Amino acid sequence: MNVHTGTVSGKERYRSGVMEYKRMGYWEPDYVPKDTDVIALFRVTPQDGVDPIEASAAVAGESSTATWTVVWTDRLTAAEKYRAKCYRVDPVPGSPGSYFAYIAYDLDLFESGSIANLSASIIGNVFGFKPLKALRLEDMRFPVAYVKTFQGPATGIVVERERLDKFGRPLLGATIKPKLGLSGRNYGRVVYEALKGGLDFTKDDENINSQPFMHWRDRFLYCMEGVNRAQAASGEVKGTYLNITAATMEDMYERAEFAKELGSVVVMIDLVIGYTAIQSMAKWARRNDMILHLHRAGHSTYTRQKSHGVSFRVIAKWMRLAGVDHIHAGTVVGKLEGDPNTTRGYYDVCREDFNPMKLEHGIFFDQSWASLNKLMPVASGGIHAGQMHQLLDLLGEDVVLQFGGGTIGHPMGIQAGATANRVALEAMILARNEGRDYVHEGPEILAKAAETCTPLKAALDVWKDVTFNYQSTDTPDFVPTALETA
Amino acid sequence: MKLTQGCFSFLPDLTDDQIYSQVQYCLANGWAVNIEFTDDPHPRNTYWEMWGLPMFDLQDAAGVMMELAECRRVYGDRYIRISGFDSSHGWESVRISFLVNRPPQEAEFELVRQEAAGRSIRYTTVRKATQHAVP
Repeated sequence: MNVHTGTVSGKERYRSGVMEYKRMGYWEPDYVPKDTDVIALFRVTPQDGVDPIEASAAVAGESSTATWTVVWTDRLTAAEKYRAKCYRVDPVPGSPGSYFAYIAYDLDLFESGSIANLSASIIGNVFGFKPLKALRLEDMRFPVAYVKTFQGPATGIVVERERLDKFGRPLLGATIKPKLGLSGRNYGRVVYEALKGGLDFTKDDENINSQPFMHWRDRFLYCMEGVNRAQAASGEVKGTYLNITAATMEDMYERAEFAKELGSVVVMIDLVIGYTAIQSMAKWARRNDMILHLHRAGHSTYTRQKSHGVSFRVIAKWMRLAGVDHIHAGTVVGKLEGDPNTTRGYYDVCREDFNPMKLEHGIFFDQSWASLNKLMPVASGGIHAGQMHQLLDLLGEDVVLQFGGGTIGHPMGIQAGATANRVALEAMILARNEGRDYVHEGPEILAKAAETCTPLKAALDVWKDVTFNYQSTDTPDFVPTALETA
Repeated sequence: MKLTQGCFSFLPDLTDDQIYSQVQYCLANGWAVNIEFTDDPHPRNTYWEMWGLPMFDLQDAAGVMMELAECRRVYGDRYIRISGFDSSHGWESVRISFLVNRPPQEAEFELVRQEAAGRSIRYTTVRKATQHAVP
């Protein structure tokens, strides 16, 4: 289907009236993307009867220079350069009526270092376009020249580990539960217990901001008492993600400054604050030696359904550029959406300096990160100590494993819950490094470690059968044999 | 207090065989192995004393174990840790770090709280006064 439909040029091109997008220069199957182009891959589902090439060309047009009719003012510009060019359209394997459209954008279309501008261009207008039934932004390729205009993660995995003095194992965290209703004083108690028991981090949940039951200053003060006491009791650096999400930037800066004054090593924001606010906080975090945790609150509203929205891998790429240090990226085995291969793709986006094209992981392009700092993925939601071997195998070493219920719900108390997780983790790392087949011997390794750790034994007994085996909704669509041509 | 710095501090102290395996893991990954010791295990004390230079070109963990035995002979009353250093691009830092020796009496820390305006507290973690650092 990738054949030329005849781009109209010269005087004819600018005759007043309506013209098909594919004839206006938005469909160029001969175009070879430049190394400096931004490339977007869309999953396009045209309305019945709409030509997929025309639909894809329309996406290119509406996400760059076009409007619904020909305008003569195009002729005051280097219009051919500024037109996004759809250069390839393939049927989506196993999904009749949907097409993968590859669209190249000239670098001059974008403002340096601005996710707001990038996203306003690529997803600003086109998702409501009537000739489309649905549209999804699946993946993007950023040229190194553009990557280099972004700060990237304020701290990065390596420096985060150096600051915390924690190497060779995943970090451990827990979200304080119940997430709503605790007073500051009681909340700080949970922080203290969990950190003293052996976790590295505790965490505010996404909707803990400043409510009648607990105002933010109270929370910060009691949390930092807990952090510092646990640090003195263990001789280890500890942290708690103080959520500074608020109604205005002024409020967020005020909360961030207070967290800094109190000596916190980390602050937290929610994805819902918006891309500009995220970039502002990333710059603040870099200036103030602060680790910046991002909770991807709200993302499933547009990432989960395969037909429409924005894939999380694109959000992960934007967030690495924007400059956060932590991002929730799925657990595979936990309670939230997560196909193993798709999740691996997200983790690679966060942690590698170069992502080779890997369709089976949903990665459609080679992407160089040009030494931008690495972003620490966070696995959270319905995971417990009994899955430690699977978590280590699926998610690797540079990840924060967050056991909220798996810590606080422990039958012997919060400290015991934390200890169980830490012992399970250390035993698994020890075994892996010794060369054992820890994935298969995982249950034995845990049982052995539990012989000298009653809290671990109790955790394994309580949660041994808990799994969340549901079908994933977001899986890569690809044909393995098509790899060479893709 | 059991100091819980390092990768394996929640497990029973590692035996020499277990330490050997971890060192071998470091060498297999091409990491340089470093032995460090201190009598000041404050959580923010980054620079422990180096027991010689990092061992860059070893094949066999036995060499590290000999150095460790020697370090323990001299500084057995202090904390000793082993770390694996990865010089590859994009990391160029420590990949693993774990304690291999603890003093007979472990360090104890306490919090000093300086009460500041608006209920703020400035925290300082200090070694307990009853304890004396090894001279």
